[in-house]
Amino acid sequence: MIKVLFFAGMQEAAGTSEMTWDRETVTVEEVRKHVQEVYPQLVQAGVVPVAVNEEFAGEEDPVQAGDTVAFIPPVSGG
Amino acid sequence: MEKKRNYIVTTDVLDPAEWIEHVIRPEAGAINTFIGTVRELTKGKRTLSLTYEAYVPMAEKKLAQIGAEIEEHYEGSRVAIAHRIGRLDISDIAVVIAVSSPHRDESYQGSRCAIERIKEIVPIWKKEHWDDGSEWIGDQLEKVSYADKVKKEEEQ
Repeated sequence: MIKVLFFAGMQEAAGTSEMTWDRETVTVEEVRKHVQEVYPQLVQAGVVPVAVNEEFAGEEDPVQAGDTVAFIPPVSGG
Repeated sequence: MEKKRNYIVTTDVLDPAEWIEHVIRPEAGAINTFIGTVRELTKGKRTLSLTYEAYVPMAEKKLAQIGAEIEEHYEGSRVAIAHRIGRLDISDIAVVIAVSSPHRDESYQGSRCAIERIKEIVPIWKKEHWDDGSEWIGDQLEKVSYADKVKKEEEQ
């Protein structure tokens, strides 16, 4: 099971803070596509940075069962 | 006794003095503090309050990474950073950065570097509340590249 987290405006657009995806091994890019299929309103899921287990990850990086993927829309702390 | 954590994201009120305590030491002859507060007027719009949200474990990790970068780059510097989340009112303290160093230049530069990096890589988001609505700041629906977006002159 892969856990996917949404924050800020994406969380509001999705209407949920997280979802799960029952897969063994995929890539970041595949997670993006899956999220957009489940939540077509999340257009930004195709472009915003993604973190896997709390580190920014690239498109081809693997995502495995047990991992946590987080979409990181443009930050505005400080 | 538990070692003091130098990098935290918290719902508690921030006390700058506490963060100065984290970095004060005999080797330092300078401490620079940056305090970010909630501003009422932004581009002519009146903010009533702000809500900050964070991906807390990653945000604390990234604050620590920024501190480590500064300590490595500015010789002899020591860093502590606290960011508050939740609902904040006008003039509430949102972030405290304390940097100590043997001489003043490294503290000044390190402090500036820390706030700029926070605005680039730390997963914390700000929602502004006005009397006619509210909005997450950061242009999250525009399809521009992330690099362009973080370079936009952000508030504060």
